[in-house]
Amino acid sequence: MYDVCIIGAGVTGSSIARELSKYDLKTIVVERGLDVCEGTSKANSGIVHAGFDAEPGTLKAKLNREGNERMEQLSKDLDFSFKRNGSMVICCEESGMDTLKKLMSNGEKNGVKNMKIISGDEARAKEPNLSKNVIAALDVPMGGIVCPFELTIALAENACVNGVEFAFDNEVKDIKRSTGCYKVITSKREIEAKIVINAAGVYADRIHSMVSTVPMKITARRGQYCLYDKQTGKMVSRTIFQLPSKLGKGVLFTPTVHGNLLVGPTAEDIDDKEGTNTTAEGMNYARMKASESVENMPAGRMMITSFSGLRAHEEGDDFIIREAEDAENFIDAAGIESPGLSCAPVIGEYVANIVIPKLNPKKKEDFIAKREGIRHINSLPVEERERLIKENSAYSVIVCRCEMITEGEILDAIHRPLGARTLDGIKRRTRAGMGRCQAGFCTPRTMELISAELGISMEEILKSGRDSHVL
Amino acid sequence: MYCRNVDIAIIGGGPAGLAAALAAREAGVQDVLILERDTKLGGILNQCIHNGFGLHTFKEELTGPEYAARFADRVIAEGIEYKLGTMVVDLSKDKTITAMNREDGMFTIKAKAVILAMGCRERPRGALGIPGFRPAGIFSAGTAQRFVNIEGIMPGKEVVILGSGDIGLIMARRMTLEGAKVKVVAELMPYSGGLKRNIVQCLNDYGIPLKLSHTVVDIKGKERVEGVTIAQVDAKNKPIPGTEEFYACDTLLLSCGLIPENELTTGAGIEMNPVTSGAVVDNSLETSIPGIYACGNVLHVHDLVDYVSEEAGNAGRNAAKFVLDAGREEAGSDPIIMKTGKGVRYTVPSKICREKVEKDVLVRFRVDNVYKDVKLGIFFDGELVRSVKKRTVAPGEMEELRIRKEELDKFPDVREITVGFAED
Amino acid sequence: MEKKELTCINCPMGCQLTVTIDGKYITVTGNTCPRGEDYAKKEVTDPRRIVTSSVPVRGSETKRISVKTKTDIPKGKIFDVMEVIKKTTVNAPIEIGDVVCENVADTGVQLVATQRAK
Repeated sequence: MYDVCIIGAGVTGSSIARELSKYDLKTIVVERGLDVCEGTSKANSGIVHAGFDAEPGTLKAKLNREGNERMEQLSKDLDFSFKRNGSMVICCEESGMDTLKKLMSNGEKNGVKNMKIISGDEARAKEPNLSKNVIAALDVPMGGIVCPFELTIALAENACVNGVEFAFDNEVKDIKRSTGCYKVITSKREIEAKIVINAAGVYADRIHSMVSTVPMKITARRGQYCLYDKQTGKMVSRTIFQLPSKLGKGVLFTPTVHGNLLVGPTAEDIDDKEGTNTTAEGMNYARMKASESVENMPAGRMMITSFSGLRAHEEGDDFIIREAEDAENFIDAAGIESPGLSCAPVIGEYVANIVIPKLNPKKKEDFIAKREGIRHINSLPVEERERLIKENSAYSVIVCRCEMITEGEILDAIHRPLGARTLDGIKRRTRAGMGRCQAGFCTPRTMELISAELGISMEEILKSGRDSHVL
Repeated sequence: MYCRNVDIAIIGGGPAGLAAALAAREAGVQDVLILERDTKLGGILNQCIHNGFGLHTFKEELTGPEYAARFADRVIAEGIEYKLGTMVVDLSKDKTITAMNREDGMFTIKAKAVILAMGCRERPRGALGIPGFRPAGIFSAGTAQRFVNIEGIMPGKEVVILGSGDIGLIMARRMTLEGAKVKVVAELMPYSGGLKRNIVQCLNDYGIPLKLSHTVVDIKGKERVEGVTIAQVDAKNKPIPGTEEFYACDTLLLSCGLIPENELTTGAGIEMNPVTSGAVVDNSLETSIPGIYACGNVLHVHDLVDYVSEEAGNAGRNAAKFVLDAGREEAGSDPIIMKTGKGVRYTVPSKICREKVEKDVLVRFRVDNVYKDVKLGIFFDGELVRSVKKRTVAPGEMEELRIRKEELDKFPDVREITVGFAED
Repeated sequence: MEKKELTCINCPMGCQLTVTIDGKYITVTGNTCPRGEDYAKKEVTDPRRIVTSSVPVRGSETKRISVKTKTDIPKGKIFDVMEVIKKTTVNAPIEIGDVVCENVADTGVQLVATQRAK
């Protein structure tokens, strides 16, 4: 019998798992994918929002501001890439000024610090590539960017080190009430737990309805993105937002924390919760809209990849983080769309505040609060690189030429807690294959390493899902 | 971290690096060091096991590994030093190279001259903007070639190939020989990017259809490729609605062009040519940093390795001259600027330094479309000096012209030389 | 009289050849060198190709080496040759040019190594 069963190993599930791992609890995370970060958490803008968008008084507004403030410390504790690069909302028409002012006042109500409305020229002085059409902008120094994979993996890894169990390849088929507990029936096993937490992303409504009759509807709202070569990564230093529309924050133009340029997302409500395909229209729209933010939009051939993710949109437009009305000890963490990633540092705590009074566990004295990430050789100072290479010569062998990722990093990714088992697992942990050749050169060598270290044949190696055989 | 000095450091031990090393040694420089990232000399030729190499250089038809071995064996016989498994991570303006490998860890090399011979990489799916899912089973043709030829593993059974570059055509045949069904080769342009001979012996021989002016408009399959949809494109390369055709397959190979691998070059602040994505070089193949030379596919993508070897030999000789003439006078006069005229996309070199003209200047270039019965002309400050008739020219096949030394001598004041089509 | 259009595959020029077959007499136009004429005549009477592939190696760090038919073989025998190659394994050490198989698939042509394995 587990104390807590968390459904979903995305950023929300992982944040909850990490928070609960501070207590003397037997916790398990069940995940249908083969790795953490396989759903919405892997395909988003990677933005740590300042918190000016959300309607004041909502849970989104509260958790966003708190999450934003605590992201920096968390990034130090768990060693993931985060940068407070600042953001800017641009306004290109006089008619938009009211919206811009509304955002500013929203932000002030939400407690966002140091915002300022500046003129178009002031904005261009800060960001020289901004469009000449910009007449004013909301300057938001608190905005940031984060690597969503690293963040999710770091949270999960730390939870794992602190005793949380992870059961991958376990798709939840049903949940049954039993005496004093729930029975979570997965594609592989049955798990008994006193408390169940639903962090299933776009499937949270389906999981919810397994135990509750209170209606919940999560709509998959697709966002398509285009990612550009690092050569274009310095076009802007801040995240440039356009004025928001009904469907979301509009198309952004941002550097990523690793120095690429990212544009997108679209916002399309779709019926298919698996519809993570891109479309020609979507990519064109994202690029066309993004080109309104700047002068000299990079050429299409500078793109290195495109992807799409599904926001878990709930009708009420706010996060639903609470115990289900008609199902005691079943806690929803649903509707976690943007700014969900920004809330990762505090969402676990918010859920723990519901869980802990129910079980009254002791706080662990031996909780390990810090995690050391994979050492990225190429970004270390020379002396540090030399030291690591002397310790382990695998750090001197480059596997991914584009991102300069060494064999040592790949081996670390495989062997650390919750280590990589798939090609995408390696990619998200190390960035091997994320560069401009998109894994053309490194795939064979990375696969050889996976094969040798995990003792599986080349033919058994998966890209990400259970049927995604590479060869 | 240890540091050593060498006369000439060559980054890359593929066909360009090997030919450059041999030429530099022949020209009298003893202290030559090749830095190669792979575990073997020869570069990408080691996986190009098909025949068709060396007709110009050796007057016989060799396979890629044989061609590479001819050069590698000579490098070894000459006692030219090389380091394998060695990745260069930085090149600075003062010709200091930072590299690392398992034996030496990190080390630096201070070179009197550097030859860039890093080759190129394949254009990824992203640059093509193909919509759809991102399942397993999408490979660049070169990656598939490595799997089949080096690892002996087939990446799939039913294949669609996008792009008719030479590697794509070669892989269409190779996969077919190994038992796969290659259903179609789709090419965005109205002409193939590969050599005509490869269309005959790789596609026609096996009845593989080539669909020109077609592209992939959707990829089906969330986990592994289940099929692709291709459609015809209009003159602006936009898919034409209603022309979609679905091909069930488990593999999509991409052969949509090569991009010179120039991270080190740009890192050193060397001036680049946006058309070739390679460095700007003069007639001695010297880049904007004196003593740093570039040759082979890192300079501009070639279709024949014989020309890579030839070009690299020139780079090697010129680098040797740079080292042996230490303290030579810097070029006195402004260089002659090479311009592209009608129908020509780029030229290599981008400029001609008169001081370095010893014999005829070889100019290599590519045209921007398929043309029949054209005259390729050399213009000195706009005046046609000479033209050559060509029955067909195509972007997939590199062209060359020689600017004769006597022509240059006859016009000592020429400022610009243009290569382009001449009117009748 | 029969006319055929061919693309010469001898070298990268890829000359467009016109072959006229008039009984025993074959004439070739469009070629820019004598090898084009040879190719065209062969292509309409006895088309031949060189086959290249790779085979596994025993007793070496090198997993596989590449091989080729030493000269061209009849086009119709390509897949027969591939069948033999697929069943072939070589033992290290092996040098470039070493014969891997005599008379591959009864073509009278040797299969030779094009890579070495120590």
